[in-house]
Amino acid sequence: MKTIKTNKNEYQLICGIEIHAELKTDSKMFCGCKNDPFGAKEPNIYTCPVCLGMPGGLPTANKKAIEWTIKVGLALKCKINLFSKFDRKNYFYPDLPKAYQISQYDIPFCFDGVLETSYGPVKITRIHLEEDTGKLLHKVINGKKVSLIDFNRSGVPLIEIVTEPEIYSPEQAKEYGKKIRQILRYLEVADCDMDQGGMRLEANISLAKIDQENLPNYKVEVKNINSFKFAEQAISFEMIRQAKILDNDEIPVQETRGWDSNKSMTFSQRSKEDAEDYRYFPDPDLPPIRFSRENVDFIEQSLPELPANIASRWFEEYKVEERYSAQLITDIQSANLIEESFNLLINDSLTPNQLASAIVNKKIDISRENKASNIITTFKSLFQLDDVSQDEILKKINIVLSQNSDAVKKFQTGETKVLGFFIGQTARLIGKKVDANLLSTLIIQELNK
Amino acid sequence: MNNKLTLKKALDKLNDKSLTLEELYNDINSSIESQNKKLNVYLTLNRDAFETANTNLNKPLKGIPIALKDNYCTKDLRTTASSIILDNFIPTFESTVSKNLKNSGGVILGKTNMDAWAHGSSTETSQYGRTLNPLNTEYLPGGSSGGSAAAVAADMCIASLGTETAGSIRQPAAWCGVVGLKPTYGRCSRYGIIAMASSTDSPGPITKTVEDSAILLNYLAGHDPLDSTSAQISIPDFTKTLNLGVKNLKIGYLYKDLKGLDEITKIFSEQMQVFETLGATVDVVNAINPKHGVSVYTIVQRGEVSSNLGRYDGIRFGKNRSNFGDEAKRRIMIGTYTLSKGYADQYYNTAQKVRTLYIQDFKKLFKTYDVLISPTSPGYAKKIGATQGQAMFGELEDLLLEASSLSGLPGISIPCYKDDKTNLYLGMNIVAPMYREDLVIQVADAFEKATKWNRWRN
Repeated sequence: MKTIKTNKNEYQLICGIEIHAELKTDSKMFCGCKNDPFGAKEPNIYTCPVCLGMPGGLPTANKKAIEWTIKVGLALKCKINLFSKFDRKNYFYPDLPKAYQISQYDIPFCFDGVLETSYGPVKITRIHLEEDTGKLLHKVINGKKVSLIDFNRSGVPLIEIVTEPEIYSPEQAKEYGKKIRQILRYLEVADCDMDQGGMRLEANISLAKIDQENLPNYKVEVKNINSFKFAEQAISFEMIRQAKILDNDEIPVQETRGWDSNKSMTFSQRSKEDAEDYRYFPDPDLPPIRFSRENVDFIEQSLPELPANIASRWFEEYKVEERYSAQLITDIQSANLIEESFNLLINDSLTPNQLASAIVNKKIDISRENKASNIITTFKSLFQLDDVSQDEILKKINIVLSQNSDAVKKFQTGETKVLGFFIGQTARLIGKKVDANLLSTLIIQELNK
Repeated sequence: MNNKLTLKKALDKLNDKSLTLEELYNDINSSIESQNKKLNVYLTLNRDAFETANTNLNKPLKGIPIALKDNYCTKDLRTTASSIILDNFIPTFESTVSKNLKNSGGVILGKTNMDAWAHGSSTETSQYGRTLNPLNTEYLPGGSSGGSAAAVAADMCIASLGTETAGSIRQPAAWCGVVGLKPTYGRCSRYGIIAMASSTDSPGPITKTVEDSAILLNYLAGHDPLDSTSAQISIPDFTKTLNLGVKNLKIGYLYKDLKGLDEITKIFSEQMQVFETLGATVDVVNAINPKHGVSVYTIVQRGEVSSNLGRYDGIRFGKNRSNFGDEAKRRIMIGTYTLSKGYADQYYNTAQKVRTLYIQDFKKLFKTYDVLISPTSPGYAKKIGATQGQAMFGELEDLLLEASSLSGLPGISIPCYKDDKTNLYLGMNIVAPMYREDLVIQVADAFEKATKWNRWRN
């Protein structure tokens, strides 16, 4: 739990997070258009009457996107609504061609889940499925300011994962975000490219006095956060900003703020005094959706072992440290490949943890084209010395010494730190891997001759 | 005058080569030329209709000219929904139903006037002027599919297509003395039809005879993967129940004692006796008062309208929001209000519950009765200008249809009486359980053939 102390009070952070992630289904959420907004070569090429909101266009729901949403829900230990529906969220914006977004209001597909972090569990309130909007581009064309709309993204399936206000530190927020991304990627349902907006983060931030029992009576929403580091920074910034306001016995304005990563500060975007009225109602174009228990069980059985589980198992079975496994478990293929490689080290002097460290630090190729046996070979070669004869080494040492008579003099006058220089020079001249200790001994021996 | 042919007769004549498409189109075109200026039926004509017809002779509908309500998106043919907001909207795609029609050899002759965005029952909300009733031009044709009904009544096409949310096919059919079939919700795809109230919009045929409706429906209906609400249910041959009669059928006579119908109840009751002479039993039945249907329909439909019209926000269709007519503005405002936070429970959600009560009520009635019958409209066509100052005009005119429309049920309106003084007709509305258009057609066909009220049959 992170608290902030001022001269007057001590406050604790109360934070909830909303994450939007675009699902990487082949087609869009409610039409057959290709779902590839970031790969599109030109604007408005993946469009049709439905995602353009033309008169008469009608949505048909993408079954795979619904199944994937439930898959994500099950991975986050959510309960699944066997009866669900899509609702219209009505608002006007140029990137929203129908003037409503098809979303889910009171019956999301998934609810009541939890994600463990090292700072404690984070309760997931709900996960629902909706459609993404188009994208506005503000440009100057022929000296005129114009706003252009690209509908390639319009109708891309988007899940929203909402937590309870139970995140108590900026670090926890960051870890939570990273874990969600890891799971979405691991389940192969989303790429979560944050730079391009494939995954977007919003934090609802408020402070409570340390002994306060009720939740704060205000919240500040920070939007447009496109990295986990920024999330951490934005929350820390807000804690300081809000603590100052609260110290003056004022309440921070209920508003939406943006994150300016250049200035490292949040800034006011719009006031949110009154909750917006989106006039939600069930979309009459889409019949309600019913699942049987068996449907859900089937999806549950298809879930792979999840990253958190793999990490703790790797720790138990292979003594692989969490700091490595957190980085190594990114997708099923590479996780399997790495584990297969661990197994090849049974009864070996080198340990799986050393391998894990080497993969992280020495960037051993763990792409799906590689094989476990190759990985082990590469790994062992890091520790293996080349076969170089002592004569050869001595020959090279003498070359180095004869070329650096100044340094030799220094050594002989007691400046022993030049030894490192000789070792480096000699090793480079040999061009192969040799035992540094052996090299050192031989150089000293030659110098003392 | 070949423009006066029914769909069935025109097909037969084209089949036995006693009629050429050229003769047919010449007569149709001259009837349009002589009447359209006065009646204001067509907003846009398809200049390529005849040419296209000639390439369709080997298809089932053989190039027959069909008029379409102007809320069907038609590829490369202007589609306005009678609102100047879409004054120059030329769709790049075809609605599924009009595509089905084209694939079967039907040809789109032109796009007909309607109440703007299908808001109304008179065509008086059209931003291109009202359509006049061909039976008596001092009167309104009804709506919202008023242009399509008038096109059939004036023989300016062989048949037409309309759309109905609650009465928009049947009420203008009744007022114009023609046949209007509203299929079960989900029977015909809504894809490409400019949405009014998405949860009740139903495209369907407006024709000269019941048989024509049955023939057309065969080609329009069917599951559409582009419309999630379209039914995945097989399509019977709707002409199969023609000529079967009504012997031993149980008919429920609905809304007989409803206040406000006194003017027509006597005439209508006499016509109901026709079924008894044909061997059916007719019982007067009690149903939930349809007046609640007006409230439910108004709330549900306005809510959906306010959402459906949001896209005409002035950014993409070249005309800003000030171009909405008064009726559209009223509906947007009421719908926005009923969906607002704090009010949605009171209005929209309650309305949906009452809607469920109607659905259950009809289910109960259909346990006893094969079909339910009532007048289509509380009276004859109203005079032009009748909607002035009547913000609820349409809802009250469609009083007898809203409850069954909200329940998704199929229904047909057929002429059942003619007032010789005004030359105007009364309509009879026949409703059946979900997906039982065959029953609706069977009963309507029996009445049509046993009486003198159909102008084309005799």
